[in-house]
Amino acid sequence: MSGDIARDAVGDYRYGFHDPENATIRFDKGLSEQVVRDISELKNEPEWMTEIRVKAYHRFMEMPMPSWGNCDMLNQIDFDAVTYFLRSSEGTEKDWDDVPDDIKNTFDRLGIPEAEQKWLGGVTAQYESEAVYHSIREDLEEQGVLFFDMDSGLKEHPDIVKKYFCSVVPASDNKFSALNTAVWSGGSFIYVPKGVHVEMPVQAYFRINAKNMGQFERTLIIADEGSSIHYVEGCTAPTYSTESLHSAVVELIAMEGAKIRYSTVQNWSANVYNLVTKRGIAHSNATIEWVDGNIGSKLTMKYPAVILKGEGAHAEVISVAYAGKGQHQDAGAKVHHLAPNTTSNILSKSISKNGGRSSYRGMLQVTPKAKGCRSKVICDALMLDADSQSDTYPTMEVGNSSADLEHEASVSKVSNDQLFYLMSRGHSEEEAMGMIVNGFFEPFTRELPMEYAVELNRLLELEMEGAIG
Amino acid sequence: MLSIENLHVSVDDTEILRGVSLRINLGEVHAVMGRNGSGKSTLANVIMGHPAYEITSGDIKFKGTPLKEMEVFERARAGMFLSFQYPSSIPGVQVGTFLRKSVSAVRGDEAPTAREFRKELKSHMDALEMDKSFLARYVNDGFSGGEKKRLEILQMLLLNPTLALLDETDSGLDIDALRVVAEGINSITPRAGCLLITHYQRLLDHVKPDYVHVMIDGKIVKTGGADLAVKLEAQGYDWIEA
Ligand SMILES: Nc1ncnc2c1ncn2[C@@H]1O[C@H](COP(=O)(O)OP(=O)(O)O)[C@@H](O)[C@H]1O
Ligand SMILES: [Mg+2]
Repeated sequence: MSGDIARDAVGDYRYGFHDPENATIRFDKGLSEQVVRDISELKNEPEWMTEIRVKAYHRFMEMPMPSWGNCDMLNQIDFDAVTYFLRSSEGTEKDWDDVPDDIKNTFDRLGIPEAEQKWLGGVTAQYESEAVYHSIREDLEEQGVLFFDMDSGLKEHPDIVKKYFCSVVPASDNKFSALNTAVWSGGSFIYVPKGVHVEMPVQAYFRINAKNMGQFERTLIIADEGSSIHYVEGCTAPTYSTESLHSAVVELIAMEGAKIRYSTVQNWSANVYNLVTKRGIAHSNATIEWVDGNIGSKLTMKYPAVILKGEGAHAEVISVAYAGKGQHQDAGAKVHHLAPNTTSNILSKSISKNGGRSSYRGMLQVTPKAKGCRSKVICDALMLDADSQSDTYPTMEVGNSSADLEHEASVSKVSNDQLFYLMSRGHSEEEAMGMIVNGFFEPFTRELPMEYAVELNRLLELEMEGAIG
Repeated sequence: MLSIENLHVSVDDTEILRGVSLRINLGEVHAVMGRNGSGKSTLANVIMGHPAYEITSGDIKFKGTPLKEMEVFERARAGMFLSFQYPSSIPGVQVGTFLRKSVSAVRGDEAPTAREFRKELKSHMDALEMDKSFLARYVNDGFSGGEKKRLEILQMLLLNPTLALLDETDSGLDIDALRVVAEGINSITPRAGCLLITHYQRLLDHVKPDYVHVMIDGKIVKTGGADLAVKLEAQGYDWIEA
């Protein structure tokens, strides 16, 4: 055995297959005010939404690229080469059999219909720009739970959408939230009525198939007083030599005493820019939990945020990032303690391998009137070889002295002794590495629904192997 | 079964083993004693294939195959087992999962079914007086010295080796734990060879060695029967060096 644990090859990306592109409507590449208006018109949107889009478009054009994160990679994005809207199916079906065959096959291969039958309360499956399939269990519908793809949500419940859209993430929050607001399409709209607990998770699956595609889904989840919901999302794309852009905005509103858990396993292929703004507002005694896994993509910049607006609100952000060859995961968490006695826990774990880079970027804010807050931040980085990189950029703004804040950070390497120990129990070097990596991510994986956890573990094991046939 | 011929081993150009020869046959228990730093752990680690050590000359064969041709995991699958002096912790990996995976890796086609495995596991854990709450803990993470040693012996029993290398498995154990661990060792020795590194006669009261070797400065300087251990306990090592 060689003590050198570096491996050149990265594990095969098993979701890299693609279908023939059978677009029914495909916009020319590039962006203009007309493109934005065309998207809105095509969707028959109310005037106010068109106006929001157009305004956001101009904000996007004016705003500079972020000057942090990974500027080199960001500046490589060619906004003129992106396809901003692509419709691949005539409608959103309620029955998988009505979904066009090639698209249905894709989701079969991804195991979505099977998962739906076994353990989900509802599913939305988005392919390119729009949902091709959507369903919700009858019992949830009977309890008044609204679960739509975002386009249908806007059609069916325009007043709720109007009230909350951009209320958590304003269009001008950052360049990419402006872009999303201008060209958004798809995503989920959920409203959970007072006191209703949605026991089974609902899932959204996002698939990009076309080359140079831009996917801009928009998600809005409102959990009314004392209700709860667990939303799970997954995403994959084919591997192309040219880049695709995924730029979503997610807004969560947890009313008094409500609880929203939002779990993500992001596994984009290594040619996807993943630039996502996720933020939630937690009112009194509400809880928002982001469980956020970033395994794929070329560059991810994503910092799930919680605004603790009401007294006693709680935020939980558990995230993991895996950065392999050519990847940069710039991820983290932001928590704003605006009210007294609010609490937060942030746990961030990252692994870098084969020259990959992972960064933790965190923001913890405690305002002067937020007395008696508690927050704990733990950042652990694991480096699998000497070429890889890990860095942390924690920021704290603390406006009063009553806050109880803890911050721990560690960077570690896999030791030869750990590998030797596992190998002496009959495991190959790759298997041993896979076990160590899975163990490192365990505090994250145990929070996922079991099916996702198993899949994630398998994925990481594959990443640890050389080439897989 | 295990034959070591004139083995020289270095770490970073410093020679640690300076010509060790040893033969262990099936069913034999060989105790290796010696002061701290004399090279006992190095010997056990080299036999198992630790990457830090370089064999500069000499040869080790296991069942006729030169070990340099075998990777660490292949040695394990071929029936070798090392109970570590300082077992590594693997945070986040549960003992139960780890044991199941290791048993199927090492025993391959002959691995027990899930049901048989649970039965085996329970009977060994009962024998070692280990509570089942162990299974949900992370491998060696936050374990006391004694807990680590029990887990090593539990692994040995489950993996059922033909050559067991036990490196100070008795250190840090109280009398009861020592008895339990010794019973574990005795239960495999009729079918396995055993290299038992220890400082203390008290383990050898329970596990009777066929040979006792004294290692000083990277060499086996004296070999005798069980009575040699008794003498070492009483008189220390000075008389050998003199
Ligand atoms: N991995 C290593 N790196 C450097 N020195 C080592 C290493 N392993 C053992 N040594 C040195 O080799 C000598 C023998 O160590 P060891 O085999 O652990 O002795 P024992 O088990 O008899 O106490 C000691 O001087 C020790 O410091
Ligand atoms: Mg030792």
